[in-house]
Amino acid sequence: MQFDQILQYTLSGLSTGAIYALIGIGFSIIYNATGIINFAQGEFVMLGGLLTMSCLTVLKLPLWAAIPCAIAVSTLVGILFERLAIRPLRQPTPINLVIITIGGSILLRGLAMLVWGKDTHSVPPFSGDAPIAIGGATILPQHLWILAITLIIIFINKIYFYHTISGKAMRACSYNRRAAGLVGIDVKRMVLFSFIISSAMGAVAGIIVAPLTMTAYDVGVMLGLKGFCAAIIGGMSSGLSTVIGGLILGVLESLGAGLISSGYKDAIAFIILLLILFFRPQGLFGKADSERV
Amino acid sequence: MAKPIRSGSDAMKRDFLLFIGFSVLVMLAPQYFRGGYMMNVLVFVGINTMLAIALNLLLGYAGQISLGHAGFFGLGAYLSGIMTTTFSLNPWLAMPLAAVAVGSLAFLIGFPVLKLKGHYLAMATLGLGIIFFIIFNETYEWTGGPSGLSGIPYLELGGISFNSDVKSYYLIWGFTLAVMLFALNLASSRVGRALRAVHDSEVAAQVLGVNARLLKVQIFALSALLSSIAGSLYAHTMTFISPTSFGFNFSIELLTMVVIGGLGSIYGSFLGAALLTLLPEILRGANDYDIIIYGGLLMVMVMYMPGGLVRGIPALFRKLAGRKGGVDHA
Repeated sequence: MQFDQILQYTLSGLSTGAIYALIGIGFSIIYNATGIINFAQGEFVMLGGLLTMSCLTVLKLPLWAAIPCAIAVSTLVGILFERLAIRPLRQPTPINLVIITIGGSILLRGLAMLVWGKDTHSVPPFSGDAPIAIGGATILPQHLWILAITLIIIFINKIYFYHTISGKAMRACSYNRRAAGLVGIDVKRMVLFSFIISSAMGAVAGIIVAPLTMTAYDVGVMLGLKGFCAAIIGGMSSGLSTVIGGLILGVLESLGAGLISSGYKDAIAFIILLLILFFRPQGLFGKADSERV
Repeated sequence: MAKPIRSGSDAMKRDFLLFIGFSVLVMLAPQYFRGGYMMNVLVFVGINTMLAIALNLLLGYAGQISLGHAGFFGLGAYLSGIMTTTFSLNPWLAMPLAAVAVGSLAFLIGFPVLKLKGHYLAMATLGLGIIFFIIFNETYEWTGGPSGLSGIPYLELGGISFNSDVKSYYLIWGFTLAVMLFALNLASSRVGRALRAVHDSEVAAQVLGVNARLLKVQIFALSALLSSIAGSLYAHTMTFISPTSFGFNFSIELLTMVVIGGLGSIYGSFLGAALLTLLPEILRGANDYDIIIYGGLLMVMVMYMPGGLVRGIPALFRKLAGRKGGVDHA
């Protein structure tokens, strides 16, 4: 196997991995604030891509305006989802929460099918598609956009969680919701915040990946599941571990598809997911001190 | 969520009469629904009822979610299909072989899988289901891949081949009624009570001497085994199978049936299966949009009728009757 080929697979794996990382962080933020695994997370990725497409073609907005517009609408959907489905739930048992977020994800996917149909849509790359040569491999400008935007978002995330009052309050909720409530943190508001942040991040992931992979009403399922896999590798952290988890997953998948078989590409993520859940439920880098229940 | 434990011969007699009544209705149904199309739909109601009961034993009684049951259903169908076509085995032999194989596999993977709880269990079973789905698609030298496996023989008994709609109806519903009776018995047995104890509190159940871990794995295996039988029956009545019938969406559909019907209710599973199988037929025009309705139904049921139709509808009637009574008094 040639070095160039491996380099090529690794590079493209890193950019898909960055997408998984963003989605995975979205999962972790909601999980840490609420204890909910939001099965609808992937649908916000779908919404981001498709809304950008609509803003560009229907509203004829320039790209720099279409992107914030798409993020805003996706975030609004996230707020509605929390308000209409999660908050009114009378018996928030884990099974009911799983079922309601699955119901929400199917509903969003169905509505997207109504609006955009079953076709695959394309979004133009942010800055042309002239390939850039790196060593013996080539990458597209969009790959660089993905890596750069992911880095910026992770940086903003870090600042929010460690240097703002509301970010610190959110972290307090993730350690102990009851105690956070006792010191005067409005836990319900933090739950809403967590849905806002993670739907916005999901939308960003969907927007930056759409020019590479195209987008359709049903892309959210696989991307969402793989994002979850990244979060599991990272031990449901909303920081660096999940980013590394996403990158590992992206690279393994890309190498597996290139060197072993492309048909089994999607299976790789789920096998890793099962192995981690079985043997290291605290994540690849976590300490084995807490049980995931 | 668990049913109160009923005892005494009165309740048993009532349950028995209810089952007999239900069976008579099932046996008489072909008299009223003539015409191949409706019979065909009712065959699917039977298969889905079996699957919903299998999932309900796990979800409604033991409280353990599975989002991968379409995978076990598919494994049963493919194992039966491959054994009877490639290896020309008798279908009556292939079906139990497939069931035992799928049950054993579920038993083995059940130990690590059911150690997980709640959301993690949901994700792990979902992953399993998708891995099975990918295997159905990719091992095309055995399964025919995405284009499917055809030429699966019909079941035969004493010279009668179950190759027409009415005959398949009686075959499928014979099995469905047997599964129902088995599940009803299991639910009211010592095992059923132990399962409900695990559902309510695993720790408390263990303190009372229930081996919760083993019991969960056993019920998972049993549930997979029943799904596999449903899969074999599906393969032998359709004579053609392809991976799309066994994907993630079907696992969700099964979950919807169980939740809509009512967790922990065997007749509820029938109601849910019947409703969800008939719904696409009723909503003919809205062909592709049935997933919106599934999604909406799931959410509305969990929010407003967490006990499912079997408990929600009587409660609704009581509420309406109560309100009317209240007005009268005022």
